[in-house]
Amino acid sequence: MATASVVNRRDFLKKSAAGGTALVIGFYLPAVAHGQEASQQEKKPPNPLNAWVRITPDNRVTLILGKSEMGQGIMTALPMILAEELYLDWKNVRIEQAPTDPKIYDHGTGGSGSVSGSWLPMRRAGAAAREMLVSAAAARWNVNPNTCVAKDGGVLHGARKNFLTYGELVEDAAKLPIPDFNTVPLKNSDDFTIVGHDTRRFEARDKATGAAKFGIDSRMPGMQFAVIARCPVFGGKLKSFDAAKAKAVPGVRDVMAIDPVGPGAFTAGGVAVVAENSWAAMQGRKALQITWDEGPAASESTDSLRKQFLDNAAKPGKVVRNDGDAEAALSGASKKIEATYEFPFAAHATMEPMNCTVHIRPDGAEAWIPTQAPQWAQEIIAKVSGLPPEKVVVHTTLMGGGFGRRYQADFVMEAAQVAKASGKPVMILWTRDDDMQHGFYRPASYHHFSGALDEKGHLAAWKHFQTSTSIEAMWNPKGEEAPEKSEFATAAFIPYQTPNYRVEYTLAKSSVPRAWWRSVEHSTSGFVVESFVDELANAAGADPLEFRLRLIGDDRKIPDFGDPKQAKPLDTARLKGVLRLAAEKADWGKPLPKGVFRGIAGYYSFESYTAAVVEASVNDGAVKVRRIVYAVDCGRPINPEGVRAQVESAAIYGLSATLHDAITIKGGRVEQSNFNDYEMPRMSETPKTEVHVVMSKEEPTGIGEPGLPVIAPALCNAIYAATKKRIRRLPIRSEDLA
Amino acid sequence: MAITFTLNGKPQSVEVSPDMPLLWVLRDTLNMTGTKFGCGMALCGACTVHINGEATRSCVTAISSVAGKKVTTIEGLSADGSHPVQQAWMEEDVPQCGYCQSGQIMSAVALLSKKPKPTDADIDDAMSGNICRCGTYQRIRKAIHRAASMPAGKTKSAA
Repeated sequence: MATASVVNRRDFLKKSAAGGTALVIGFYLPAVAHGQEASQQEKKPPNPLNAWVRITPDNRVTLILGKSEMGQGIMTALPMILAEELYLDWKNVRIEQAPTDPKIYDHGTGGSGSVSGSWLPMRRAGAAAREMLVSAAAARWNVNPNTCVAKDGGVLHGARKNFLTYGELVEDAAKLPIPDFNTVPLKNSDDFTIVGHDTRRFEARDKATGAAKFGIDSRMPGMQFAVIARCPVFGGKLKSFDAAKAKAVPGVRDVMAIDPVGPGAFTAGGVAVVAENSWAAMQGRKALQITWDEGPAASESTDSLRKQFLDNAAKPGKVVRNDGDAEAALSGASKKIEATYEFPFAAHATMEPMNCTVHIRPDGAEAWIPTQAPQWAQEIIAKVSGLPPEKVVVHTTLMGGGFGRRYQADFVMEAAQVAKASGKPVMILWTRDDDMQHGFYRPASYHHFSGALDEKGHLAAWKHFQTSTSIEAMWNPKGEEAPEKSEFATAAFIPYQTPNYRVEYTLAKSSVPRAWWRSVEHSTSGFVVESFVDELANAAGADPLEFRLRLIGDDRKIPDFGDPKQAKPLDTARLKGVLRLAAEKADWGKPLPKGVFRGIAGYYSFESYTAAVVEASVNDGAVKVRRIVYAVDCGRPINPEGVRAQVESAAIYGLSATLHDAITIKGGRVEQSNFNDYEMPRMSETPKTEVHVVMSKEEPTGIGEPGLPVIAPALCNAIYAATKKRIRRLPIRSEDLA
Repeated sequence: MAITFTLNGKPQSVEVSPDMPLLWVLRDTLNMTGTKFGCGMALCGACTVHINGEATRSCVTAISSVAGKKVTTIEGLSADGSHPVQQAWMEEDVPQCGYCQSGQIMSAVALLSKKPKPTDADIDDAMSGNICRCGTYQRIRKAIHRAASMPAGKTKSAA
C-alpha cells in the first residue's frame, strides 16, 4: 500500500494475530493490487460473472462492491471502473455490497487506498467478464470472437441485427473458462466514457429521502437495544454495581457486566443495560449505581502530558534521519530560525455514533455493522460465539462517517459479548458522550524545529525533533515496533532540498487510546512542515510560493521514507504543478480587498499531491476564512466530481481541528462530551471552496484524506500575512492572535 | 395512556412513556429510521422534523408535547424523492456519508416555506444548527438556492 501509516496498519493487524492477544485476527489490509495476497488472488480468480458482476436473464446488471461506503464515494467509483470495462450504461446498473468472503474480497477500507488498490483488479475483473460474454456470443453465432464487440450492455457482431444482451448470454458465458487476469485485454483509456467523467453519487437518492440504511437503522423482530456504562478513566475497571434501580426502569430487560478486552479490541468493559428501545436503555444506564476502580491512568492530564513533552524535548531524541551535519550547520548559520508546534488529541466525531447489531444463534450468527473492517468483525464474532467464521454473516451497512474510527472493532466486540449473553438480536448503541469520551484519538504531539539559511537564502539545515503519543506504540505495547517510522510521514522526506537534514523522535507515554484520524500523521506533519517552511520564507524575505518552488528545485523523485519499496516516490514536478496551479487559480500575488490576506501550502500524502491557497481576515481576534482554492493531482481521477467533494470535505474536517477542536484530559478522562464543547464548523463559517483537479493519466491514487494536511498551514500562513502572528499550536486561540 | 398525533398526514397513536423523546418513538417504536440520532441535546440537528410546520429537534421533544400536533419527517416529504428540495439535493450531489442529510433537508424545507428566496445570510441563520461532519455545507447552500429557483409553492412542508 501507499504510505508508512498504511503499511503499519497492516503490520499491526498481522502482529496482533501473531502475538496471541485476546483476539485472533486473520484479517489483513492489502490493497489487492499489491502484496502477496493479491498475486494469490490473481492466480485463482473467482468467476467474475459471480464475484463482481451479476447478470440475470432479464438483463438486470448488478455490480458488486467489496469496500465500505462511509461517504467517500467508493460505492460510485469502483463500480464505475467495472462498468467501463463492461461497456455498460451507467444509468442501468445496480450496486450491491459484497458478502464477507475473504477468499474473494479485500474489505478493509482505509488509508485512502481503495481506488489505487482496486483500479487494476477491477479493470481486470470487468474485462474478464466482458471477454467471457463476447466469447459466448461468438459461439452462439459461430463467428470469431475478434469480430464481436461489447456495446451498450450486450455484444454486437456486424450489423445491429446480430446483437445479444448480456442477459441473453450470461448463462453460457458463466460456464466458459475464466481468462487470465494478467493478460486479459483492457479498454483503451482514450475510449473511456464513464471513468474520468463527473458522476453523481449512486446512493444520493436514498440519502435524500431517508431511505438509506445505516448501521444504526438496523431493525428486526424482537431486537433489543443496549447501552454500556464504561469507566470514565481510561483503563479503569468495574469494582461493583447495583442494577436494582436500572431494572426498575420501564422497558429495561437485562443488566449485565461485560469484561474489558485488551490489545486488538481495546474495549473498556463495564455494565450493559439491555432494553426494548434505546431510550429505555439510556434511562436504565442513568439509574445504575457503579463503583469503579479508576486505576493508574487517573493521574494523567493534558498538563502532565505537556510536562512530559517538555522533558522529552530537553533531551536528544532517537535519530530517525541524519543527512550531513545539521548541528554544525545550525551553529555556524548566518540566519537561524526556531519554532515549536503543539497539537492536542482530536476525536473523529462521526455523525452516526458507534453501533453494532449482532444476533448469535446456536447454529450461526448474523451482524449488521457500519464498519471499515468487516472481516475483522467477522473474526471477532466467531471468536466470541465459538462459531466458525463462515457461519458468521456480516452485513456491511452504510456508515455515517468513518474517518478511521470505524477501522476499530471495540464496538463489535461489545456487541458480540452482549449478543452472546442475550441470544436475541441486540444493537449496541453509543451516545454522543460515549463517542467523545471513549474514542481512539489523533495523537497529541510536540515538535521543535531549527532551520538555517545561508547568505544566498538556501536551506542550510533543517532539524525536526518530535515527541508524541504514537499510534504504533499503542498497538505494539512491548515497543518492538519503531513508532518513529510512522509518526513523521512526509516530514521525514520533505521535498525542500538541504544538505543537512536531521529528524529525531521521543515516544511520550499516555493511557489515552490513539488511532488513525483522517490523514493520520499527515494532519500534523503537513502543518509543521508547511508552517516552518513559511517561517523560513519570511526570514529570507521571500515570496512563500517562490521560496517553496526554489527549495523544491529540480524535477526528481524522492523515495517514501516509511515504505521506499512499495509506496510511490514523491514526484517533485507534480508537487510544483499543484502549487503553481493553486496559485494561478487563486490569483496569487494580485491585490486583495483591504484586510484580506493569502497563505499557501503544498503537500504529498497517500501518493497524491495537494496545494491550497487560503484567503482569510482577522478582526478583533476572530479569524474569518473567506475562500479556499485547491489544486489536486491524484493521478487519473475516476470520478472528478467525487474528487472535488472529498477535497471540499477534507477542508472542513481540517478546519474543525484548526479552529475549534481539542480533546483535553483531566483525572484520566476526557473533558469534552458533546458538540457544545467539541465544536464543529457550521454553515456560517463555511468559506467558498474551489477544487481544481489535474486530469492526469497517471495511476489513480488516494483522495479521501490528502485534502486535509494543507488546510491548517495555508490558513495559518494567511493569518501570519494578516497579523504577523505565527500560530504554532492548534486549535487557534484568540490569545495567540492578540 | 395512548398519545395521538398526525404523522406525515395520517393519524398515529402510540403507547409509550410520556417523557420519551419523539426521536426514539419514531426510530424504535415506529421503525421510521429516516430521522437520525446525533447528539441527544439539540446541538447537531440530525433529528430535525417539522411540528406544525416548524423545524424542531425531535431528540429533546417529549412525545407528550406532540399530542394533537402535525409531525412531518423526511419520509413524509415525498415517497420517491420528488420534493423540490430533495431534487435539488440530488442535482447538487450534496450527500457524502448522508447521515445528517435528513435533518439538513428538513431544516431547509422549513426555511424555504418561510422565505422562498433566502439570502446567504438567511441560510446561515436557518442552517447553522445542523452539523455536517463531511462538510457538505457549500453544496447545501447551492441546493437551497437551486430549490428556491424552482416553481413557487412546491417547497412547502408536506403536512
